[in-house]
Parts: sequence; structure tokens; C-alpha cells
Amino acid sequence: MSISRQEVEHVAKLARLELDESEKELFTEQLNAILNYAAKLNELDTENVKPTSHPMPLFNVMREDEVRPSSPIEDVMRNAPDEEDGQFKVPAVLE
Amino acid sequence: MSKMEKGDLTLSLFDLRLPQLHDQLSRKELTVSDLVDHAFQRIGQVDGKVRAFLALDEERARKTAREMDEQLSRGGERGLLFGLPAGIKDNIVTERLRTTCASRFLENYDPIYDATVVKKLRSAQSVTVGKLNMDEFAMGGSNENSGFHPTHNPWNLERVPGGSSGGSAAAVAAREVYFALGSDTGGSIRQPAAYCGVVGLKPTYGLVSRFGLVAFASSLDQIGPITKNVEDAAFVLQAIAGHDPYDSTSANVDIPDYTGALTGDVRGLRIAVPKEYIGGGVDPKVKEAVVNALGVLEKLGAVWEEVSLPHTEYAVAAYYLIASSEASSNLARFDGVRYGVRADNPDNLLDLYVKSRSAGFGPEVKRRIMLGTYALSSGYYDAYYLKAQKVRTLIKQDFDRVFERFDVVIGPTTPTVAFRIGEQVGDPLTMYLNDILTIPVNLAGIPAISVPCGFVDGLPVGLQIIGKALDEMTVLRVAYAYEQNTDHHKQRPQL
Repeated sequence: MSISRQEVEHVAKLARLELDESEKELFTEQLNAILNYAAKLNELDTENVKPTSHPMPLFNVMREDEVRPSSPIEDVMRNAPDEEDGQFKVPAVLE
Repeated sequence: MSKMEKGDLTLSLFDLRLPQLHDQLSRKELTVSDLVDHAFQRIGQVDGKVRAFLALDEERARKTAREMDEQLSRGGERGLLFGLPAGIKDNIVTERLRTTCASRFLENYDPIYDATVVKKLRSAQSVTVGKLNMDEFAMGGSNENSGFHPTHNPWNLERVPGGSSGGSAAAVAAREVYFALGSDTGGSIRQPAAYCGVVGLKPTYGLVSRFGLVAFASSLDQIGPITKNVEDAAFVLQAIAGHDPYDSTSANVDIPDYTGALTGDVRGLRIAVPKEYIGGGVDPKVKEAVVNALGVLEKLGAVWEEVSLPHTEYAVAAYYLIASSEASSNLARFDGVRYGVRADNPDNLLDLYVKSRSAGFGPEVKRRIMLGTYALSSGYYDAYYLKAQKVRTLIKQDFDRVFERFDVVIGPTTPTVAFRIGEQVGDPLTMYLNDILTIPVNLAGIPAISVPCGFVDGLPVGLQIIGKALDEMTVLRVAYAYEQNTDHHKQRPQL
């Protein structure tokens, strides 16, 4: 199993990252080293092993559907890079 | 009093155990303002060298101290951690105190709420003095991945303090704070505690709320204390453990009185020592320190036996696939819309996401997002992510089997002592392999502590004591019994 430079470019696109030429080269090399190491897992027969997504048994947590106060809008907007009328402002999505 | 004597006094106060400090406060030999003064004085003296802090909260800390001193003069109930200056890892949000995760992306992030652990510390009445450096978003084991500056090991300033909670461990070792909070996803509390010669406890997954901990890998992350001794770790754990309705993975269990574990009695205790933990990759001198520690426990009436955790060698590979996959999902929230870096003049919304993320994240964070995105992507999910989750099951079963016959598992916390700053940069895989003895514990979700057990070439060695899920009592009992019969924890670095 190995990852090509084209795949690195594709994955970067999926991850919403922009890599420069030297990053592409470095990541291709480093990800290949990591994935080659990860191939070690194939030594193990896991045909009948159930996956563990969580170390502890998980249960749905339910609560009463009651109205509760939420954070004041001025607090929520405190870290906004751009805002208008209590809303986060971003470039137009539709032309 | 001469300047030097005052400095010595400050240091000796830092060496007092928590109940001793409480006694001195009760007898009015000491005020909370004194303690807070000493902390900032010490930070002023040494943090230029250690560089453990990313932000200080001096004004608020001094005000809190004055209020506590008034409370002290009135008398009445006091919190469990009354008056103790504390530092908090910078991935735990603190209202109106800059929280960056050591990432340029969050350079100016001003949280609008406190994490549950921060609220709990406030009701236990410790005093937050500042925020501590770390590897960016907790990804790393050396603090070299901080987006701001590396932290230095107080025992040798050319060495790393470990990571990712390197600032937390270094600040405690340098006596800048009485205790610190860290977080541990693959060893990030225990490994820096070992490298810096202090005590670090990773509780059972779910025992301490993660609400307000900026998520790295949600099925592995856990907050815990870093302290100078085991007794203080028990007190801090008492203050922060407990069910939280704001964390859906929080364990809904009764919290025992952890100070009840401080008996010193380990007679009849059954210790498992995995041969994989003292094998080839472990520095022989580190192994020797661990074998000596087992000798101490044996003298106290414990028995030990070599066992096998056969899937240990697969833990690092499984961990990096799982943790990176979870990280790639968790870090999708950093898109430049609601907080953090936003790139100037984006062409469109997609361009805003891409440019903001690419400008804000450092190389290790990008690498892990890439690895995780790949492992979760169509066509590779079964081969990588699902496979890793199955191997996680095998690793958990290794521990289950050993715990049928034994009370604790003991080994070194790390294969070597702290390495040189810069030594492993550029070789992520070697860096990842430093975590081989701590990672299996996170995959299994069980508790473990690192306590100082000696020195190799002047650098501290950590002894790792691993327990059954929710059996922090036994972990603390063994750690305390060992510590009380040694004096490694009483050594402090010369700065």
C-alpha cells in the first residue's frame, strides 16, 4: 500500500488544505512511511474481531425537552472574524 | 530577608504537600496572596528559560487571592484545593482567558465559557495563574509542535519536556505552579510527567468531563492532573472527577474518596510486568530503574510476574490511524467562519475555508489531518480505519486477560529519557514510536499514572502503573506506597 503524489493532492482537497510543492513532496514521503508502518496491522487476522469505536459502553443520553437560556449573541459573536446584525458574515455562496 | 533566602523559602513552600499547605493557611502562617505572589515571582525568575506559559492571568489571580484571604479571615468551609496556584493546558477553554491550543489558528481566541474542569477547579478554590504550552492541538510528544515556541525541560534546557502536555509538566517540575491540568490522548500526560520527573495521572476514559476540552481524538482524550507527588494527584482528581451532563461520554459512576488510597499498603498485590514493556526497544538503564522499583514494591509485600500483552507492537499503528481519523473530523470545525484565523480576500466560501486552514495550521496538524482524511476516504476505510478499530479490540482484550489474574500492570512510561530539542524533528514515525508504552492504555480506556523512579544521565525516568477501568484507587495506592519508600519525587531541577 502506498500513496501517490496525485492522491496526496486529492486528499488535501478533501481536507480543505492547500499544499505548496514542497509540502506535497514531504507529505507524500512521510505519509508513505507511516502507511508502510501501518501495513503491519495486516499481519493480524481480524476476520472475526468486532471493531471498538469506544473503550466504554455508550448509551444514548436523553433529557427533558425544556427551553433553556443559550449564550448571549454578543458573546457568540465575540470571536467572529466578520459579522453583521448578529450573524456570521461569509462570501456569497450563490452568485 | 536576603533575596536568596526568600527564593529558597518560595521553593520550599512549593515542596509542601497539599494538606501541609492547608495547615499553614489555617494557622495564618501563610496567605493565599503569598502563594500567588510566590508563583508569579517564580514564573518571573525561571519562565524565561523554561517557557512553559502561553498566557498569564495575573490580575484576576491576585484579585481571587485577596477574596480568598478575606474568606480565610472569616473562617468556615474551604474548597479542596483552596488557594493553590494552578496552570491549565491551553486546550482547555477558560472564559475570558485566551485559549489557543498552541495554534496560530486560535491565536486570539477568547472563550465565552469555562470547561467543566475549570468550573470544578473554581469550586475547589484553586487559583488559575495561566495557560500552559503544548504541541499544537495536542499533536506531538515534545512541545516542538507548538505554534508559538518550544518549552524546555527544567532538568536540562537543551532537552524536550515531552508532550503534548509539556508546558504543564515543565511548570510543575520548575515549581512555577502547585499543580497543572493536562490532557492525554496517547500518553500526553504521562510521557511529559516522566520526562520532567513529576507525577502524571491519566484517569479512566469518561471519569473526567471533556466538556470544554478542544477535541483531538474524542474516543481517546482524557483530562488529568500533573503534580509533584501522588497525594496531590489524588486531591486534584477528587476535585475534577464526576459525571457531567454536558459530556455524553461522561461515566455516571460514584466517585470514591481517593485519599483513602493513600495507605502505603501493597501486601499481597499482584503485579503483571509485560515482557513487551521491558524488551529490546527500552533503554537498559530505564529498564534497570523499573526493575529496582519492582524490588521496592516486592519488599513491601507485592508479588510480580512477567506476562505478555501480545498485541503491543501493533498499538502505535492502530493509534495513529484512529487518532488521526478522529482528528480530521474534529478539526473540520476550524473553517474561519465563527472564530480563529480568516484569510483575507477569499475568492469564495470554499476558498475561505482552504486558505484559512492552510494559513492557521502547523505541519504536524496538517500531516495528521491528511492521514486521517485518507484513512477515512472511500476505498480505504476498511483497510485502515476499520482494521485499526479491530486491532484496538485485540489490544483491549490483552489487558482484560491480564487483569483477570493481576491487580496492576507495571512498566516504564517511556522507552528512553527526554531527547534533545531538534533531534527527532522531520522524522514523524520515530517520534510516534516514543509513545509505544503509553498508547495501549488510551486504546483500552483504562487509567495509568507515571511516577518518578530514578535518573539516567541526570534525566528523570517514569514508572508507569496501569489499572483496571475505574480502579484509580489501586493505581494511586501502588503509586503512593512506592513513592513513600523512595525519594526520587523530592529531587528538583536546578534552574
